[in-house]
Amino acid sequence: MILALDFAPLSLAEGVQLVSFALLSLIIIVGSLGVVLLSNIVHSAFLMALVFIGVAGFYILLNAGFVAAAQVLVYVGAVNVLILFGIMLVNKQEDFIELKNAWVGKAATGAVCAGLFGLLSTMVVSHPWAISTAPAAGDKAIEVIGQHFFSDYLLPFELASVLLLIALVGAIILARREYIPGESISPTEALTLPERPRELVAAGSPTDQSL
Amino acid sequence: MTSGIDLQGTFVQALVELGLPITAAKTVWIPLPMLLMLIVATVSIFICVWLERKISAGAQQRIGPEYIGPLGALQAVADGLKLIFKADITPAKADPWLFVIGPAVVVIPVFLSFLIVPFGQNLVITDLGIGIFLWISLSSITPIGLLMAGYSSNNKYSLLGGLRAAAQSISYEIPLALAVLAVVMMSNGLSTIDIVNQQSSYGILGWNIWRQPVGFVIFWISALAECERLPFDLPEAEEELVAGYQTEYTGMKFGLFYVGSYVNLMLSALIVSVLYLGGWSFPIPVETITALLGIDANVAWVQIITAALGIVMTMLKAYLLVFLTILLRWTVPRVRIDQLLDLGWKFLLPIALVNLLATAALKLTFPGAFGG
Repeated sequence: MILALDFAPLSLAEGVQLVSFALLSLIIIVGSLGVVLLSNIVHSAFLMALVFIGVAGFYILLNAGFVAAAQVLVYVGAVNVLILFGIMLVNKQEDFIELKNAWVGKAATGAVCAGLFGLLSTMVVSHPWAISTAPAAGDKAIEVIGQHFFSDYLLPFELASVLLLIALVGAIILARREYIPGESISPTEALTLPERPRELVAAGSPTDQSL
Repeated sequence: MTSGIDLQGTFVQALVELGLPITAAKTVWIPLPMLLMLIVATVSIFICVWLERKISAGAQQRIGPEYIGPLGALQAVADGLKLIFKADITPAKADPWLFVIGPAVVVIPVFLSFLIVPFGQNLVITDLGIGIFLWISLSSITPIGLLMAGYSSNNKYSLLGGLRAAAQSISYEIPLALAVLAVVMMSNGLSTIDIVNQQSSYGILGWNIWRQPVGFVIFWISALAECERLPFDLPEAEEELVAGYQTEYTGMKFGLFYVGSYVNLMLSALIVSVLYLGGWSFPIPVETITALLGIDANVAWVQIITAALGIVMTMLKAYLLVFLTILLRWTVPRVRIDQLLDLGWKFLLPIALVNLLATAALKLTFPGAFGG
């Protein structure tokens, strides 16, 4: 009872929001640290899904349900699953070689990360943020987002779709290569797979006899 | 359109009259619908398992479960008890954490999706603005659980099964979402309540299945593939993969996959009935019947009958669809994995896109019939 008297009385909704905020922050911070620091890359990938879900929880707290659902659909359902597929399908067996003076690299990475963190935190604190006082769109968010997509955000929207198209074409070109099965890979070209030679099709070339 | 009975309002008011503050009364109300929906989902497993066994037996001219309970209705309870008492084995070289979390990640999103399944105008846990989109985004979490289960078992068959299951579920999510998008376009909203209300004005003639026949077929095929039901049960194809990602699981952890698959089937059937078969609406609108009989639709007993009729109609439509899936299971042969992916990407996806375009064109041309 003494402890309860120290705080101003919170309403139930505010209390729930505060506790959820604390829990989600904990999930995101601990999860992100795990993604970076864990040695097993599969564990890192699964933890990343947890971090994405935590971010989606933040969007719900900010009254942006649609963005939260889109976050789960795109980042957890698509991006993270693709990362996992990538990790699980790449069957790369390479023995781990102990590097000399590996701590130098780690220390340099740590210093760069700490510097970046300090820089970003001072920026966040010092920047005069223009925080909107308008009430959140809530359930009307879909209409607002749609109107933005087809008016002032039309160019970025279309550019993003062109980017996705380029990625799609690139993926098809990579996936259509035919590999020779059963051949061992020499350690020097460990990052390339033996590929069948393929004649390039040139339109109107003199060898084209299909007239 | 009558608003129907408002259980929440009545309940809160009753507690306030007993002397509780209004916030406390609302807090007492919050867990009740969730608990009720959890019970509905759990009971639906037992019904689905019993239906599956009985209808399968009928399709093969057997008798099926007979001795446990009346007509063998308690067979699923016996199955569950057996699973609880089985040894809970974690393979020696399995990844212990992921092995435990995997089944939970598969099951939790399915139960969460029941948030948006409506049984009547006010008989829904929450009428979210993003409604049906919540279901699509939650169902995209499931592949993570399947990959987790497949990877952590440390078994070739499990890993292959998990990869297959994830590939299957992400490829069929796209036609599924496009079919839903066509319905959403006609009802001008993502909320499940809006989608049903938009269909309910002309009785059976107004249901979306007549305006979206192609979308209905695409949705149903994709939903079957998402639930890994035959003819799409490749992730656990016995001849090729022992039991897929479930191979190393025993006891209640296996039971969780089992529960998840049946609840997912029920959920898909409920969503189909909401999107295409008019949800809780009766084939003849209740307002028409009350007007013909000369009864005021706002009288308490009429409203109770309407609400009960709504629940019965939703369940009836859903179980009819479950019956259809079980019949399909014993009629259609299993497809191969390449045929499955071909069907998803080269057939359903283009058709779903064309269907979406056609819906948009029809909506612009006939705004009256297609919800302009």
